[in-house]
Amino acid sequence: MIAEPDGIAKVRIVKAPEMGFLERIYLVEVLKGLLVTSRHFFINLWRHMKKALGRETEPGAVTIQYPEDPAVVARRSRTHHRLLRREDGAPRCAACMLCETICPAKCIRIVAEESPDVMIEKRAKSFEIDLGRCVFCGFCVEACPVDAIRMDTGRVEMAAFWRTDMARDITQLLGERPRQ
Amino acid sequence: MPEITLSIDGVSVTVSEGALVIDAARSAGIDIPHYCYHPALGNPGVCRLCMVEVEGLPKLQVSCRLKAKEGMVVRTNSSAARRAQSSSLEFHLVNHPLDCPVCDQAGECLLQDTYQRCGLYSSTVREDKRHKPKRVKIGERIVFDSERCILCTRCVRFLDEVTKTRELGVFGRGDREEVELCPGRRVDNPYSGNIVDICPVGALTDADFRFQVRVWYLAGTASVCPGCARGCSIFVHSNVQRPWHAGGRRVVRLKPRFNPEVNGYWICDEGRYGCKSIDSPSRLKAPSLLKDGKVGAISWEDATKLVSAELAELCRAKGPQGLAVILSGTLSNEDLFAAKRLFIERLKAGHVLLRPGPDQLGEEDGLLRRKEKVPNLRGAQALGFGTAIRESSWEKILAGLTSGEIWGLYVVDRDPLAVWGAEAGEALLGLPFTLHQAANANRFTRAARWVLPSTSYAEEDATFTNFQGRTQRARKAVAPLGEARPDWRIFGGLLAALGAEFPYGSARSVFEALAGERSDLVGLDFELAPDGEPR
Repeated sequence: MIAEPDGIAKVRIVKAPEMGFLERIYLVEVLKGLLVTSRHFFINLWRHMKKALGRETEPGAVTIQYPEDPAVVARRSRTHHRLLRREDGAPRCAACMLCETICPAKCIRIVAEESPDVMIEKRAKSFEIDLGRCVFCGFCVEACPVDAIRMDTGRVEMAAFWRTDMARDITQLLGERPRQ
Repeated sequence: MPEITLSIDGVSVTVSEGALVIDAARSAGIDIPHYCYHPALGNPGVCRLCMVEVEGLPKLQVSCRLKAKEGMVVRTNSSAARRAQSSSLEFHLVNHPLDCPVCDQAGECLLQDTYQRCGLYSSTVREDKRHKPKRVKIGERIVFDSERCILCTRCVRFLDEVTKTRELGVFGRGDREEVELCPGRRVDNPYSGNIVDICPVGALTDADFRFQVRVWYLAGTASVCPGCARGCSIFVHSNVQRPWHAGGRRVVRLKPRFNPEVNGYWICDEGRYGCKSIDSPSRLKAPSLLKDGKVGAISWEDATKLVSAELAELCRAKGPQGLAVILSGTLSNEDLFAAKRLFIERLKAGHVLLRPGPDQLGEEDGLLRRKEKVPNLRGAQALGFGTAIRESSWEKILAGLTSGEIWGLYVVDRDPLAVWGAEAGEALLGLPFTLHQAANANRFTRAARWVLPSTSYAEEDATFTNFQGRTQRARKAVAPLGEARPDWRIFGGLLAALGAEFPYGSARSVFEALAGERSDLVGLDFELAPDGEPR
């Protein structure tokens, strides 16, 4: 679907291709599928055998032994949030509510209060993120005018037994460290 | 006045002679950016933002000081006009801090809005911004940030021309020019909140509203202020999207709504800050009954049944002469209609009191505030309260209570103990029937056997008739708190339980029935009531 400048969408209708006789009886298609998976199986088997014999080879597919082995997370992935501090150690957050406003899951709750510093004007009295609702879109990071929130901890493990345990308050968020 | 026709941006506009070009443009739906001009405060022409190009004139003109002339051809959007507007704006921004995220005005800031339209997005100013005093408390409820001020002088002119209290002035010159308090003064006049409304930027903020809620979370409902007999047109700003803000208050502020017939552009501080009662902890949320010294919750069905049975029984046994009903001018026309049906026509109560006593009288001035701090005194009079229905008095009722002549006290909204003094509480103790029906608890609530919660003015659709006789419409802004019900519905429930007819299901249907009794309401549409002509 291509959006037109005047707001009217141009629609191209694509017909699903008709199935032939061989496709309709399924058996051939099932065998074809089996062929693909077995091909992968035997290639991997061959590569792992070669590696075991000490030969140079392309790496075979591996299963990560999670949770014994750490999960591999790309550097740019959006992970557990953290709040940053100013140079003097005070939270950077200016309680402007832009992240709270943009948050599509409405998982951020900020309560503002007057900052003792006149130039800072206001600060967050409380700052909560309910990870149980968060969709990890990263809009909060984009919206923040003072770079107070980032999603660069590399932490993806945040399961809990109770919904209430999914909430993070300001001290927990300030305590998070960036990925090394 | 003779009419003239001119052309603005190719649109032909007809206005009366002497009209300003900026007003003529507005009447054609063309908004010329401006700060210093305000229809009620004149046009000093200091902001230089409303520049327009006029055919035949060599230079650009400020449209707020230019009178419209027959055949004038004005361009507000030509490249020359736009360039002038954006350069003026650049000047305004030379020392204006760019702290929109923490500024409370963000979202309703004229500077932001104008910048979106005609800002010079790459500023040519290289100098550092000049710092000025921030967060100065210039009044009980007003906080001033001199850095953000663009010196439009609206606040100064408001205090000079409208309240005539003259607390603020413009001092200094050049980039040291500042709005400041006159020596020894503070902005503590009863209309001070208006300077926050007219401030186009975030220089003047409301200490009460600061940092409570971002304005883009607010919903505005056109309504009427219940603070006094004037009934100013207001907007009720409520936040229901993000309930954790403003300490859980749903109605966070009131703003004046322009109404040339009643309040113009302004409202008083008493009315403005009166909205706190709506979400105050003193709100009553469920019906209750005091039994053996303990307060127990009770359902509406049971309460209605038991109260009506008690009233009927006591009226039969001791006579309706002993029932005293204290009503209030805070009740809407619909509520009073139902109250009249119940207490006057059905129960024939011996004592009815509605007139504002010392508890509902306050200050009056020539601007807006009226002495009677209730919104619907005229409406009550139109229904016969005080005329056909004889008014009792506080003294008579107290005398009746002490002599044992009065067996029941049905109080709506008001606090008799505030009038009689706390000693009168003893006279209430042995009374067979005491009932308090109100939105907020007061001292009488604790003394009353029955407590019925009613809605506040922001929680029901209603009409109020102000001192001029204008019937205006208050609109429901938020849902009733807890189990609170509109007063007319409570009276209607009691009427039905007493076996009388009260077949109305909505405020609208009550209003329509009421229009049959009050000639001044005939032909008035419930929906359009706020704009109804004065009668």
